[in-house]
Amino acid sequence: MRTVCAYFLITLFCFARAVFSQEIVMGLSKNEIGITAFFDGSEILVFGAVKATDELSLNEPLGVVVAIASPRRAVMVRRKEKKFGIWVNVDSVEIDLAPSFYAVATTGPLSQLLDTVEDLRHSISVERMIRSVGAPMSVDDPVAFTKAIIRIRQDQGLYQTLPGAVTLQDNTLFSTSVTLPANLVEGAYTTRIFLTQDGKVLAQQETKIDVRKVGIERWLYNLAHQRPATYGLLSLAIAIFAGWSAAAVFRVIRT
Amino acid sequence: MGLCGPMYIYLPIAEVSVNAFLLLGLGGIVGVLSGMFGVGGGFLMTPLLFFIGIPPAVAVATEANQIVASSFSGVLAHVKRRTVDFKMGGVLLIGGLIGAGMGVFIFNYLKGLGQVDLLVKLCYVVFLGIIGSLMFIESLRALSNVKRVGTSKPRHKRTWIHALPIKMRFRVSGLYISVIPPISIGILVGVLAAIMGVGGGFIMVPAMIYILGMPTKVVVGTSLFQIIFVTAFTTMLHATTNYTVDMVLAVLLLVGGVIGAQFGTVIGAKLKAEQLRILLATMVLLVCAKLAFDLIVEPSEIFNLSGIGGH
Repeated sequence: MRTVCAYFLITLFCFARAVFSQEIVMGLSKNEIGITAFFDGSEILVFGAVKATDELSLNEPLGVVVAIASPRRAVMVRRKEKKFGIWVNVDSVEIDLAPSFYAVATTGPLSQLLDTVEDLRHSISVERMIRSVGAPMSVDDPVAFTKAIIRIRQDQGLYQTLPGAVTLQDNTLFSTSVTLPANLVEGAYTTRIFLTQDGKVLAQQETKIDVRKVGIERWLYNLAHQRPATYGLLSLAIAIFAGWSAAAVFRVIRT
Repeated sequence: MGLCGPMYIYLPIAEVSVNAFLLLGLGGIVGVLSGMFGVGGGFLMTPLLFFIGIPPAVAVATEANQIVASSFSGVLAHVKRRTVDFKMGGVLLIGGLIGAGMGVFIFNYLKGLGQVDLLVKLCYVVFLGIIGSLMFIESLRALSNVKRVGTSKPRHKRTWIHALPIKMRFRVSGLYISVIPPISIGILVGVLAAIMGVGGGFIMVPAMIYILGMPTKVVVGTSLFQIIFVTAFTTMLHATTNYTVDMVLAVLLLVGGVIGAQFGTVIGAKLKAEQLRILLATMVLLVCAKLAFDLIVEPSEIFNLSGIGGH
């Protein structure tokens, strides 16, 4: 009986391997983005190939999902209401974690490539990337606050949903490009790629893109936070010098 | 990047990318106006920075830094002409520093509550409304009286100001008054400077003339003199408690601003004083109306986001 059981398990294991034996390999056009003084956004090319070690069952089409996310931070969302004739912030909800940038590029509509359970497991759709648990009791519709953050950041081009932006050739080669806006914050941006079929994730791959301020941007930011008094005095010195030189230059011009 | 397109500059503290030419242009236009009217221009620049998407905390702190530059540029000419009452400036400054400290404290407290935008905008609406209306009425009256001769009123009227204790002699202004009114005015202007990101000249100048009774020729220089120190102090407070002074933003604004101010002075000299005052009053009222309108009308997006721990 035990041997039968063991054989059954081995068979099951092999079967499982046959289904999940697809691998993906990926490459990025760059894995570092430097925010310089003249930074005005960046384009990232994500490409790769589906490596099938076994014969793929192609009754159902394959899908590829590319998701790039900035580090997640806490965000305060406030809602205005009319009080005493003017619009003032009244309710607020602290969203525990939300990326400041998130792009999902896919070969087709996300809802067709991925079922709800897989989305929940891998946190792929933008709704799943935002975690909000502790809405205060005074707020009766916390969902509206999560929707607001998505809407506002979509309008700013920070949250992008790009169905059809990934091209998949012969079920093997795929590529897409994602435009990162100028208003990026620093951190390790997680780039994830999912190979899906019939709503399930067959394989996934993950890598990081390092986004950081460089050069004078780095220097000023560090100085402002690590030695604020020096930074303040330097700002004042520049202001005094600019004020003095403007007056001096124009006195020469006028006389 | 490039010479023909807009040149974007990434602001290291504000963490936004803005068009450098837009900032230089704004600095220039506000500079021309401040040169024309002899005002700091902070009351125009700070709201403009809000409108182009600079976080309010960064706008207020950086504008304080920029006013240091424009006031310093302006005060040099007054020092040369000996139209600065240093003693009066020093007394006003004592109040100013106390006020600036209080202002930054209030600012940081309300920032934690998410009400700082409202506070800043309400201050603008109230003060611009009052000052703009007063100036408008005053200059209309002056325009209609311009033909009449001898409207100069006696300056040394005895009022309640003269009944206050701790008197001091201010030789340059020709005054012998209590230090309580100038210190109080200094405190009020210091609070406003810290909260609104302005120098406060538009309140200081009328207060010096109408409340303290200072002669008009020393008013602007003395006001500029104390504004330098109050805004420098405010800059340091914001830089060390909030880390919100953006040096790149400040440099772009002050390059445009100091150049603009010099042209403004030339234009201002060619216009009549009454015309200038009416123009300035109209502009103050327009900014006030725009801010009031934004508070009253339902915004297109009633939600807003802010970081936690950052700005």
